Amino acid sequence: MTSIWTVTLATLKKDIRLEWRSKDALNSMLFFSLLVVVIFVFSFDPLAEESRHIVGGLVWVGFLFAAVVALNQTWARELRNQVLDAYRVSPAPANALFLAKVLGNFIFVGVLEALMTPLFVIFYNLRVLGSAWQLIPIAILGTWALVVNGTFFAAMSLRTRNREIMLPLLLFPISIPAVIAMVAGTTAILTGEDSAHFYIVLLLTYDVVFTTASLALFETILHAE
Amino acid sequence: MKRLFPILSIVTAILLAYALYEALVVAPADALQGEVYRIIYYHVPSAWTAFLLFFINFIASIQYLVSGKPAAKSATKWIVIAIGVIGVIATFIPAVQQMLPTGMRPSAVATTVILIPAFYFLIGKFFPGDRLDVLAVTTAEVGVVFCTIVLVTGPIWARPVWGIWWAPGDIRLTSTLVLWLIYVSYLVLRRFSNSAQTQMLAAALAVFGALDVPLVYFSIWFFRTQHPQPVIGGGGSMDPRMLNVLLISWMAFLCFAFLVCWSRFRLELLHREVEEAYAMESLAGSVAGVSVPLTRRAQ
Repeated sequence: MTSIWTVTLATLKKDIRLEWRSKDALNSMLFFSLLVVVIFVFSFDPLAEESRHIVGGLVWVGFLFAAVVALNQTWARELRNQVLDAYRVSPAPANALFLAKVLGNFIFVGVLEALMTPLFVIFYNLRVLGSAWQLIPIAILGTWALVVNGTFFAAMSLRTRNREIMLPLLLFPISIPAVIAMVAGTTAILTGEDSAHFYIVLLLTYDVVFTTASLALFETILHAE
Repeated sequence: MKRLFPILSIVTAILLAYALYEALVVAPADALQGEVYRIIYYHVPSAWTAFLLFFINFIASIQYLVSGKPAAKSATKWIVIAIGVIGVIATFIPAVQQMLPTGMRPSAVATTVILIPAFYFLIGKFFPGDRLDVLAVTTAEVGVVFCTIVLVTGPIWARPVWGIWWAPGDIRLTSTLVLWLIYVSYLVLRRFSNSAQTQMLAAALAVFGALDVPLVYFSIWFFRTQHPQPVIGGGGSMDPRMLNVLLISWMAFLCFAFLVCWSRFRLELLHREVEEAYAMESLAGSVAGVSVPLTRRAQ
């Protein structure tokens, strides 16, 4: 019996190799979020002081939309040639597949964020007034929050008629507390007015709760027939 | 059971009319707000009813998820019992009492906690198997209707009293809105999913939604609240005459909700029976052209 980590790593490697060769998800995500940034730049023309208050919201809304683009493709890839059905009948643990998908999406969205954040800084002339290192835990925990639920709901919407539109409809309501925490935490750091400590703890709680719930329920979702 | 339905309908109609009369004529005008406040006799009972229905939906969804898995079922049973016991004991510990928001009485919290195991076992006993899923659909649909009433009557009241339609970031307004959004997405999922897997997916989404609500509540913990404090088990106070009318109104709304849920429940059961009969007929018909008899009601 192979352990859960062997299966996870194998699936993750396969996904990264596929993405490296095709670059489907990453390219569409990058161009999409670039468009979002440019449209935001035309829509709002703030002063430096104002921009600190609104950029937290703009950044995370942009990333949320871009992440949906990638998440929609994660499972669709497995539908071709009945890969998912093959996985269902294999003795590999369902959670290994789920973890591999979450880690894969986390890497893709993380790369996107690393590439797009400098653009936001350039377009909005940002200078952080709070302690900038706190942006790192917020980014990591926030991305995990989006990706873990997104992967779960993408698997769920796989069974619905209009798959592409179903994912945001399911994901956004559940993500609201995470989005509030990410935006409020980022704004607190950018403006330096409040402590972001509370929001980091909140994001951590959110991640723990929903990672546990996803791992507990994923097998039911995968085998729901 | 079926003979009870018309009787209950009449009782509900009388109660609703009586509650309306009490709310508009008997209840005194508010010292500060005048007559505008009377909308709470619809707003607050609707909110309580909606939350109760969503709570039943959550319990039914959990029961449905663990049904057919004996290990998960017994684990959940003990977790629910533990929540009940620990929750009630904890409210009597002074250290925990201090953590409660000001004005919230420990006895009210203990009563709420007791409801969790009580509902869990009652629902498990009276709704076996697929009926749990039927109960979940019913309560979600009716709950969304009552929640919509809350979200519509709230701004109508807020505009003259607060001067604004909506207070962004208010703890109660935001969590109610998110709850409504979650259950609308729940209904959308049920609508667009293929019939065979819908029930499991919907039950999983209901559990996610229920986990989400406390997090929404905490995420806006630091935002100030404008909403009046709760009048029962909370920090708010109210003229006993007004409270009386409010409770009568709630009784009327509960009866009404029960009536609607009941007929929706029966309709859903019949709908499934008809669907099943069609499926059986097409299966059997392809072999020998036999038709499967429907029960009298399903026909």
